[in-house]
Amino acid sequence: MEIRTPVRKEDLKKLKVGDLVYISGEIITARDSAHLRMLKYLKEGRDLPFEIDGSVIYHCGPLMKKVGDEWVVISAGPTTSARMNATTKELLNYVDCIAIIGKGGMDVDFRGKGVYLAYTGGCGALASKTIKRVKTVHWIDLGMPEAVWVFEVERFPCIVAIDFEGNNIYEEVKRKVEENYKRIVGGKV
Amino acid sequence: MEYEDVVETVVELFRKAETELSEDVLRALRYAYENEESEIAKMNLKNILENVEYAKAKSIPICQDTGLPIVFVEIGRELCLDFDLKSAIIEGVKRATKEVPLRPNAVHPITRKNPGDNVGDYMPYISIDVVEGDELKIAVMPKGAGSENCSALKMMLPHDVDKIKGFVVEVVKNAMGKPCPPIFIGLGIGSTFDGCAKLAKKALLRDVTKMNDFELEILEAVNDLGIGAMGMGGKFTALAVLSEIGYCHTASLPVAVNIQCWANRRAFAVLR
Repeated sequence: MEIRTPVRKEDLKKLKVGDLVYISGEIITARDSAHLRMLKYLKEGRDLPFEIDGSVIYHCGPLMKKVGDEWVVISAGPTTSARMNATTKELLNYVDCIAIIGKGGMDVDFRGKGVYLAYTGGCGALASKTIKRVKTVHWIDLGMPEAVWVFEVERFPCIVAIDFEGNNIYEEVKRKVEENYKRIVGGKV
Repeated sequence: MEYEDVVETVVELFRKAETELSEDVLRALRYAYENEESEIAKMNLKNILENVEYAKAKSIPICQDTGLPIVFVEIGRELCLDFDLKSAIIEGVKRATKEVPLRPNAVHPITRKNPGDNVGDYMPYISIDVVEGDELKIAVMPKGAGSENCSALKMMLPHDVDKIKGFVVEVVKNAMGKPCPPIFIGLGIGSTFDGCAKLAKKALLRDVTKMNDFELEILEAVNDLGIGAMGMGGKFTALAVLSEIGYCHTASLPVAVNIQCWANRRAFAVLR
């Protein structure tokens, strides 16, 4: 299944946990510092220099290189999404619909608002293959990894890890892992 | 040996470590891919192998988190250097940051200010040991934060020896999918508070396909958790447990678990 940006609720509703989905269009990177600044702006009622409603936010601090006047992507895989748990919960209050791409899972209730998509961590070189163009960069003062990069992507492959109904692949795994853990260590902790 | 030889070597070692994995690490990843039964885990492992191949062919960093520059040096005691070794390594890191390129990851811990060249107080992290011989051995291990953040150290008590395995399993369980599994586990046992952490890190330089019975036993227990590639369930949570021991105080038992992501990037060189 392929989804084009901006994302719409009727498309996101069709995605089920475990599905392979391809994203095409525009994705914007944001990690710790960008989330904090977004929330600061939103709380102060200031406009963001980019649209977050209907957006695909990619938890990624890319490795970029400036060639002449243009930025090019060298390697751009996902970063650990759990660091953005708290800020994402707040951010959801300001959007109607959103998709997030990251790795490692999140502890966030996306029900009725969005989905969380997983891309294989560490696969930055492979990800750069599907990034066709760097459209622009915002907040470069935050440094290369923390800035907000706007990428045009074509068929960026992800696995649906948290769906619109709140089914969460990581929660299922976690339950089993906790059970296994008790069995493995017994009393020896 | 000149200053410039060391600078060049450091640049080339980072280029190599960032763009290609060593054969032992590749073998471990391929084994996991071939033997994994979970469909989603297998898909992740396939991406990993494709990514590694693509990065090598294009000579670009495997992962955008090109890590912190960590350098282990062994200097033969018969060797006489008429230049500042540390300055040469620092210069090498600065040049590698521009040329490989490396992502500028090193920041001030409080202000978070990023100097842009991966150099600052105590950064690069350089460990120098004096050994027998007349060679200069340099190993680099660029290490990402996803896995480093999941590492842990515990000052255990002398009678806790049989709880070491449980501690490792607990650290891996708490990490879940965050450190980019399948992981490699560096295990430092003994020495001092700081020494044991260093042993854990140094252990990660070892050949990942050679483990003793103690390490294999811990590996089996860790994989029994079922976290799997990227924390989405599966047989392979870790690919190796590598330990180093150091003598410790009779009243203590420091244990450090240094988690390394699947991209166990390191490269080695010997200069004379």
